[in-house]
Amino acid sequence: MIKRSFLGLVKPRLEYNSAPDPVQDLPVPNTVTLLLKAAQNGAASTACKVGDAVKTGQRLAASSDSAEYVISSVTGTVSAMAPYVDAYGQKRTAITIQATGKDEWDDVFDKAPTLDTALKFFEYAPGDPSFRAFADPEKSIRTIVVNGMEQDLLLTANQYVVHNEASDIKRGVEALKKMTRVDRILMTVSENLVQQASTTGAEVKTVPSAYPGGLPHMIMKDVVGQVVSADETLADTGAVFLSAQAVAAIGAAFNTGKLPITKVLTVVGKDGSTRNVRTRIGTPLRDVLKACNISVNDRDRLILGGPMRGAATYSEDLPVEPGTDGIVVQDDADSAQTTDYPCINCGECVRICPVKIPVNMLVRFLEARLYEDAAAIYDLHCCVECGLCSYVCVSRIPIFQYIKLGKYELSLMETAEAANE
Amino acid sequence: MSSAKKPVVPHDLFPWKPAKQAGMGPSKRLVVAHAPYWHDGSKISTKNYHIMLAALPAVLMGISQYGAPALGVIAFSMACAIIWELVMNLAMGKPFSVGDGSAAVTGLLLGMLMPATAPWWLVALGTFLAIVVGKQIFGGIGFNPLNPPLLALAMLVISFKDIFDFNNALRHYDLGFVMTYPLADLKAFGPAAIEKFSPGGLFMGKQAGAVGSTFGLGLTVGGLYLLLRGYMRWEISLSFLAGVFVTAWLFNLADPAKYAGPMFHLFAGYTLIAAFFLVAEDSSSPANFIPMLIFGALAGLMTVLIRNVGAYVDGVPFSILLINLANPLLDKIRPKAIGKVVENA
Repeated sequence: MIKRSFLGLVKPRLEYNSAPDPVQDLPVPNTVTLLLKAAQNGAASTACKVGDAVKTGQRLAASSDSAEYVISSVTGTVSAMAPYVDAYGQKRTAITIQATGKDEWDDVFDKAPTLDTALKFFEYAPGDPSFRAFADPEKSIRTIVVNGMEQDLLLTANQYVVHNEASDIKRGVEALKKMTRVDRILMTVSENLVQQASTTGAEVKTVPSAYPGGLPHMIMKDVVGQVVSADETLADTGAVFLSAQAVAAIGAAFNTGKLPITKVLTVVGKDGSTRNVRTRIGTPLRDVLKACNISVNDRDRLILGGPMRGAATYSEDLPVEPGTDGIVVQDDADSAQTTDYPCINCGECVRICPVKIPVNMLVRFLEARLYEDAAAIYDLHCCVECGLCSYVCVSRIPIFQYIKLGKYELSLMETAEAANE
Repeated sequence: MSSAKKPVVPHDLFPWKPAKQAGMGPSKRLVVAHAPYWHDGSKISTKNYHIMLAALPAVLMGISQYGAPALGVIAFSMACAIIWELVMNLAMGKPFSVGDGSAAVTGLLLGMLMPATAPWWLVALGTFLAIVVGKQIFGGIGFNPLNPPLLALAMLVISFKDIFDFNNALRHYDLGFVMTYPLADLKAFGPAAIEKFSPGGLFMGKQAGAVGSTFGLGLTVGGLYLLLRGYMRWEISLSFLAGVFVTAWLFNLADPAKYAGPMFHLFAGYTLIAAFFLVAEDSSSPANFIPMLIFGALAGLMTVLIRNVGAYVDGVPFSILLINLANPLLDKIRPKAIGKVVENA
């Protein structure tokens, strides 16, 4: 953990980890668990049933007409299916597959470079790409940004991919052009990866090495030169972000004819040591930690993602998901503790906020549950969710959590209003 | 592998994983919390302890000059402040907040603003005004709209003029320099009367005054320490000093026979303790850059205005309290958040 510098006058500068560790390939796990988003109407999933045999690369959709699906990452038998609710109340179905250890490939993927293929096969690719904006007639996507930066500190999975799999990215970029018919493909990387990135055929841009420069909203502002305003999404501005890992996986799929089923992620031990592993999507965290010789004790934190924006989870049995770029294990003694102290108006958060939100005022409104005022007057929706305000808060207020809560409550209100109309 | 038709019970966190299969005994209890999982390690108590540390040079000088009574005022003021805070915690049924050091800082600063001859009841009353009236009735730390030690000082100065008449209060002391209060001399007799004070002498603490506010060098060293370590907002401190300097200089230019020069105003009275320890108090001052500069400069301007044309000998407590009131308004001047949607009605 990086502490406050002696000269507190100087703003803390958190640098991304820019030295990707070599990747260790993990063996095929005994079981994988795939978390399938519930069917749109909330009906029970008809993807498969317990006892079904599944092949590697088989597509398991929530229902015959649903856009939600998972791709089996092993060959084996479905051993359990159970409901699961994630941290944000999203209903899922957990499909556990007992692996046989040998891969038999499902040959459903036909390498046709169309948008339908992307929607049908690549939404469960590593890096969690989404192609729905391309299919949405209300959005006109003009730019694809292949982001070779990490979404958090310590992680290097994307940079590893840019460094070592540039040829796959090149193929992926070509496939993207065909599938989406978008001509402008940017690639954003840190300075030391420009050489590798320039071989991919995308337009290369460098991103500052200080956090949170790699977040999509910051890249839009600093690199693309187009500010995403508070009332629009990234897709509204005509840009879609895909991680380098996703594009490399797509490229590899078109090269080999096999759907992507593995995922590179950074594992950070309690001592802060980092290593990269490649594992099947759906591998239980327990298996990954065991392979890295990291033991987890009572009261430790097991964080999916990185130290600034990740999500601490409650069990080692949860699986590696396509969007899991890192696993951080943090000792109880090193964990940041929050308090219920009030804001003392010291202004550290105001000075560090990358989008100039008056956080000192915002947090007062959020504490008082005045979410609508917080959004209307104090720029709640401008927040890019970097977590720096909580990081520097001298009162140790969980500001980031308040912000996420505020956004969540507002989204519930909007949904309720829409339902009433 | 007997996962047939077992009913899913709500407390079963991992229904997809039969308990027997886990084979690892009871699962570990991990702590779930929201991001971020890193913190820069700063704490309110650390900040306050550093403020007390930075105030030490000036306090020690005061104690060496005025001896045991000065030590008594400082110690009793801190003790009283902590006790008032504790009493209010108990009365309001709130968790104890004395550990954060903010009551101790308030007590220390109030003690530094009092003459060494202040009677015990005045100290007890002053800390009551600072902690209870100035802070706790608004909700405690972070909620005070005014600077607590200055609010208390202002009330005491108005109520007990004689005790804060330093010429009278310190008449029994002879410390080897002119023992009249420079600002009182200026007010009563004009700039001619203050020629006996050299700026260097004033800066080195060779002036009558409150326990901890006369030793300019010590206050400046402590203040610079706080500014560099980031415990005080340098924008407010420096703009306050600039405000005092420029205003005093303009007055002096206009009529040197009537108004003292800027160096005198910088080094006499409460100016330096205000600049480095009082004006940038967290909750009663702005957090945005431009408001901080305006806030400091206005406080400096008001200070000299009150000294030169107002009724009071020293303008510091009143000017800062007045500008504290403008704080919420000033802090509305802020940069447009990136991505903010401006609605044109």
